[in-house]
Amino acid sequence: MRVARLAERAPILHMREVDKTFGGEVVALRRMSLTVNEGDFISLLGPSGCGKSTALRLIAGLMPPTVGRIEWEGGQGADDLGVVFQEPTLMPWATVAKNVWLPFRLRGHSYRSVRDRIEEALAMVGLEKFGNAYPRELSGGMKMRVSIARALVTNPRLILMDEPFAALDEITRQKLNDDLLELKAQIGATVIFVTHSVFESVFLSDRILVMAARPGRVVQEIVVDEPYPRGIAWRTAPEYGRIARQTSDALQGTLYTREAAE
Amino acid sequence: MTVSETSASTRAETGSGPMYDADEERRARKKRVEAIAQWVIPITVMAIAIWYWDRIVVWNGIEPYILPRPGLVMRTLFEDWGTLSQSLLVTLQITGMALAVAVIGGVGLAIIFSLSRFAEMSFSPFAVILQVTPIVAIAPLIFIYVESRLVGLLMCAWIVAFFPILANTTLGLKSADHNLSDLMTIYRANRWQRLRYLQIPSALPYFLGGLKIAGGLALIGAVVAEYVAGTGGIGSGLAFRILEAGYRLQIPRMFAALFLIALTGVIIFATTSLIAHLALRKWHESALKRE
Ligand SMILES: Nc1ncnc2c1ncn2[C@@H]1O[C@H](COP(=O)(O)OP(=O)(O)OP(=O)(O)O)[C@@H](O)[C@H]1O
Ligand SMILES: [Mg+2]
Repeated sequence: MRVARLAERAPILHMREVDKTFGGEVVALRRMSLTVNEGDFISLLGPSGCGKSTALRLIAGLMPPTVGRIEWEGGQGADDLGVVFQEPTLMPWATVAKNVWLPFRLRGHSYRSVRDRIEEALAMVGLEKFGNAYPRELSGGMKMRVSIARALVTNPRLILMDEPFAALDEITRQKLNDDLLELKAQIGATVIFVTHSVFESVFLSDRILVMAARPGRVVQEIVVDEPYPRGIAWRTAPEYGRIARQTSDALQGTLYTREAAE
Repeated sequence: MTVSETSASTRAETGSGPMYDADEERRARKKRVEAIAQWVIPITVMAIAIWYWDRIVVWNGIEPYILPRPGLVMRTLFEDWGTLSQSLLVTLQITGMALAVAVIGGVGLAIIFSLSRFAEMSFSPFAVILQVTPIVAIAPLIFIYVESRLVGLLMCAWIVAFFPILANTTLGLKSADHNLSDLMTIYRANRWQRLRYLQIPSALPYFLGGLKIAGGLALIGAVVAEYVAGTGGIGSGLAFRILEAGYRLQIPRMFAALFLIALTGVIIFATTSLIAHLALRKWHESALKRE
């Protein structure tokens, strides 16, 4: 599936001047505005506590914003969201295939009626042989793949990922990064991806939102105008190094400006 | 210990020789020995204890109405099997029924509590009061108000068995993984789906833990209640047989009845443990074998 150039993409979600305050004291997020377009791969990058998870939870509708609005273009449908958390978050009592079935099951689809789509999703993440295994029989990376298969099995408009690979080793992480891009190319999904890693964000995304803490806010957006598919060539390209440097500097800046941006 | 290790590892590297080395073989043997010892040791110790009991009686010339020999207890068990087996049946029946009602009531109430905070606020004080008041103190009142002896016994056994199931299941229903719970919200699961697909499976290990405790407590409740009820005749359980035998100084029969009660307890425990194992063996940490 071809992804349109950045400027030509249709918007699917708007965050308008969103604030989130916890307990009337902790400002987790201040005046965040963001338009998510169809096919975007957006990374939220920032130091711990800058409100990345909060932003994701707001978009997922797990809590309401204190101020501001979050609007879906054309209203939010039931199948619009897929989510991958930092932990695989699988049901230990169910097999891999039954775990991937969950989003369908909650819509009242029998296992038989969606078996093909479940198998397809498992094949996409390379786990077609593990449908009958229990989560405990899988390695950390494999569990994460199951979690990804579950998030994309319903073909959602938007997939939210909160540091999905943070707990994995570097090798597995790179492999999953490659796979993730391939998956995205296949299904043309829109992704918002939270990460601590500059390199991960430059490798994966076409828009990087650099965030700062106390109060949590977006300080800069960096566009990575490199076409997909991206592979090892992109990892070693001079342009990659340049943008990584620029992103890194922006991130460094957030550590010193503190309240200056107010 | 290094001699065998180094020779084994060189063999493994060159790829010749057996697939397993001496260490591996030793570990396998140790495992086999442990598997057998697991059964042999407790049985042997038990046999020695019984034999020693027998010897103490013989060596000290203790009269059977003070401490009978184990053989005599067994003989009494067979001779009085007619009465004792009927009493055993009654005790089993009361315990089993009380446990069944405790499971239905405990789980049902736990689910209601989890669905409605108001129900929990309203009724949990009653559950706690029932639990903390000793059953021997409540039992006499129950037998005054309740006409049927059987129903009275059942109520007593139920009261003690029901709380661990309620408390454990309530805790279990609340302990579902937060991320999974968020996932349910994101996929817009309704209350019933959340309960069925997330909370009930999460609560299963807790419930089964409660069931193990409740099984033992139901038996205790049934026995204690019968001591309180005190009246005999047809339809009396093992506890009454013990009381009766005590009055008549038939000590061997007391032991025989006691043996049956202990056996019942062991069987209940084994059954509930087996149920827990079968239900959890595929996925729960408690039932997994670790390599
Ligand atoms: N439920 C909550 N109640 C109170 N404060 C909260 C809550 N959730 C988050 N916060 C606060 O909001 C701020 C942002 O939290 P958030 O989890 O969004 O950070 P983050 O960027 O995801 O950090 P990390 O990279 O460590 O995951 C933090 O200061 C945190 O203490
Ligand atoms: Mg976070």
